[in-house]
Amino acid sequence: MSLLNNLFVLFGKRNNFTPGGTRLKAISFLLLALLFVTASQFDFSLDPIQQAYAADVDDVAEITKPVGQVHVEGDPEPVLEETQLENTPTEETNELLAAPQPKRKDYPNIGVSSRSIVWIIAQMHLYLAAFVLAVPLFVLVIEWVGVRTKDERYDDMAHEFMKISMTAYSLTALFGGALAFALFLLYPQFMAYMMRVFNTQTLVYAFLFFAESACLYIYYYSWNALRYGDRKYVHLTLGLLLNVVGTTLLVVANSWATFMMAPSGVSEAGAVTGSIWEIMKGPLWNPINLHRFIANIAFGGAVVGAYAAYKFLSAKTQEAKAHYDWMGYTANFIAILAFLPLPFAGYWLMAEIYAYSQQMGITAMGGILAWLFIVQAVLIGTILLAGNYYLWSGMSRTEGSQRYTWMIKYIAFVLVTCFLVWVTPHTLILSAAEMKTLGGSHHHLLGPLGIMPAKNIAVNLMLIATFLSFQLYRRADKVATVSWEKAGNALMVAIYAVAIINIIFAGVYYGYFTNTVYKVGSSVMQVASTLLVIISGVIIDAFMYKDAKPIPAVWGKISNRAQYALFALPVAFTWLMALMGYVRSSVRTHWHVYTVMKDNSPDNFIPAIGYAGNMLTIVTIMFLLIVLFIFWIASLGESRQKIPEAAA
Amino acid sequence: MKIMARCRGHVLLNILAFSLALTLVFTLVANILPQVEGEAPQDEEVDLGALTMDSFISMGESIFSGKGTCTLCHNSLGRAPDMLVLNMVETANERIKDERYQGKATTAEDYLRESMLEPGAYVVKGFGKKGSNDTISPMPVVIKAPILLSDIEVDALIAYLQVKDGNEVTIALPAEAPEQDAEAEPEATEAVAVATPVKTAEEAINKYFCAACHTIQESESPVGPNLNNVGSRLSVAEIRQSIIEPNAVIAEGFAEGMMPQDFSQKMTVSELELLVEFLASKKQ
Repeated sequence: MSLLNNLFVLFGKRNNFTPGGTRLKAISFLLLALLFVTASQFDFSLDPIQQAYAADVDDVAEITKPVGQVHVEGDPEPVLEETQLENTPTEETNELLAAPQPKRKDYPNIGVSSRSIVWIIAQMHLYLAAFVLAVPLFVLVIEWVGVRTKDERYDDMAHEFMKISMTAYSLTALFGGALAFALFLLYPQFMAYMMRVFNTQTLVYAFLFFAESACLYIYYYSWNALRYGDRKYVHLTLGLLLNVVGTTLLVVANSWATFMMAPSGVSEAGAVTGSIWEIMKGPLWNPINLHRFIANIAFGGAVVGAYAAYKFLSAKTQEAKAHYDWMGYTANFIAILAFLPLPFAGYWLMAEIYAYSQQMGITAMGGILAWLFIVQAVLIGTILLAGNYYLWSGMSRTEGSQRYTWMIKYIAFVLVTCFLVWVTPHTLILSAAEMKTLGGSHHHLLGPLGIMPAKNIAVNLMLIATFLSFQLYRRADKVATVSWEKAGNALMVAIYAVAIINIIFAGVYYGYFTNTVYKVGSSVMQVASTLLVIISGVIIDAFMYKDAKPIPAVWGKISNRAQYALFALPVAFTWLMALMGYVRSSVRTHWHVYTVMKDNSPDNFIPAIGYAGNMLTIVTIMFLLIVLFIFWIASLGESRQKIPEAAA
Repeated sequence: MKIMARCRGHVLLNILAFSLALTLVFTLVANILPQVEGEAPQDEEVDLGALTMDSFISMGESIFSGKGTCTLCHNSLGRAPDMLVLNMVETANERIKDERYQGKATTAEDYLRESMLEPGAYVVKGFGKKGSNDTISPMPVVIKAPILLSDIEVDALIAYLQVKDGNEVTIALPAEAPEQDAEAEPEATEAVAVATPVKTAEEAINKYFCAACHTIQESESPVGPNLNNVGSRLSVAEIRQSIIEPNAVIAEGFAEGMMPQDFSQKMTVSELELLVEFLASKKQ
């Protein structure tokens, strides 16, 4: 207690000592201080067993033998024998230890594929982590919109979104812990190496996790206590802090994955030669950070959209339907808006992968993994078709949409045609007889549609078509009142036309009539055209509809079928995330850490797409069951049992 | 309240059924695509005593499309010069004389070796790293990770590149096993060790690179006839004949002269019998 008292004196709070809150704060502070003191005293160098693995010493028993000797009190202390093993590094050489090269027998065998276990647990952790990190990002924006518009519906919706993410948070931590145990159990040498490389950064991660928990709980539970006036700004600041900590967590964890793909800060043999910052900022770190940041928002938006759809389908009153229809619309808006720039972030990532190692890039895009981009096309096609279908269905909410409904069939035609081009494979594995019948290894008409230029045209046109649906939807319940409406629309049409012509011309001319270098360059032109449409569309509409005359929209007036489109989105996103994780991990081929630490485990091959697909389905179904459980739990909290009638 | 609970249960079941159906569609697509596994490269054991120039070249060809990962970039898609189309000896001699050449090679053999060990010595126009103005090569050093070819494998690759266009092979056959680092772990290196005779049919299939052209076990290739059902098509005597005298009978739809003609000199009697017995049992 005297220590506590001293602490209060130190902070000038002695006279305000109360047995309640202040004591709690003081104890928390003390615990944190103790944690730091302990952390600073802790020896983070490798323990002898890790050193044994690292130095490839077989006889672990020799290392773990006692280092001291018992002697009778009073007798002279015996001279200890030299226990330093030949292969055990001294403190000076520790930093220059090469990466361990475990042999197959060094991998524990528990009778089930180690990779499959880690695969499932890691994917579940990633799904939940992506969700809980993404939700506060757009919740903060929605809360801010609520403050600006003074519309309490935004605040309520943001609070409800957070409620869903709270249950997911504890599950994230549980899967994270399980993943750490699984990795240390099944891949001890690899984890020993990763601990050696990342060293105390892992403790920073642990600390960030505590900070994230604290921010999350305070942010959620203080929602109503800090709802109005200046207090609301305190709450918004808490939300900002939560997102800063969450995003830092994300980028720290990303550095482990990108180090495995493109190690930096280590020698060719894997010895640590750089600082932790040099190790973290590998060539793929920022592209992955951006890609995951955006993808998480799209994924989070899709999952809360599914929640809204579930609540809409369960709702019994028109008021509830209207609320959840609006919530579903907002969630879909977030998901699609975040999804649109995602291919460009993916493009940057792949460009950096090619720059780091052409071999790695081709393994992903043109080698053994090329086939799974057909599955990716099916998934992204599903997402775009479902997103568009929901927007078209949502147009029925307002009479003003009749001005635009004639365009839907053309948009649908473009989407379906481009989708078919995207899924057309290039190289077919054929028998000699089939090859003879076909007159070569490629079909003379479908072959050209199978290569990247055709797919680049298709994906860019699909994105433009989706943005058009989105723009029409946004315009449906308004009438522009500005004098330059016609000129603005003409400009918009011209931008669409020029962008579409540019995308097709660049794809066809540079894609089929020049060499590979220009093919890659032309895709930049195509991406720029698509971005031009999106950015100019947002800007023109923002000015054109600033003081527009609203046309009444009836929330809740949407078909049940449209709600299933909101379920198709998270299902496809979930499967897609796992598929891209499979690609990202597989490009390392038979390396734990590319070019530095070989994977000699029984699972060191790239699994076939069918096997991978089955694994992805398992994790997707597991996640869906968890999501439905979260929805159910969230609804259960709203239920209240009636007071039982007194016994007669 | 009961009605609400029943309604929610009903909705949950519908959602679950819809989501499962959609997931199964994706699974189906993944399963109908060609199923190819990416095997980690295996350390091949070479019997130096039994090594002939033909098998050495065959080893080079196998490395070219396998462990060396050369065909990832050196193909018709334009990522790197298409070495299967170019006569690499003539090309090497031209490049040595090119004013942009910065290496030390004087012969085609030296140039080919140098291009694998020091790819930056000559960067072919249009194939340099993006933004380097063809001064930096994207080609990895083949004796370093992730490829890690041994000296013998580099030599075999050069021999293959020389002979594929009918040029003379200037590489000498490796006479003895390379010196091993006494302290190095045998499994941790890529060094080639002297092998004992194969003991199983699978080892013989690997040794003679049957899977390079034939579909056999998990490996698929359309160049030669499928061997997974050869036992139902051919008798034991016919299988034996097709190995030691491949041109005696040509399977329908396949060209003559594709199969190596010298297995009768290369194989031991026990290896031949292991293979014949194994293939005869393949009646899938």
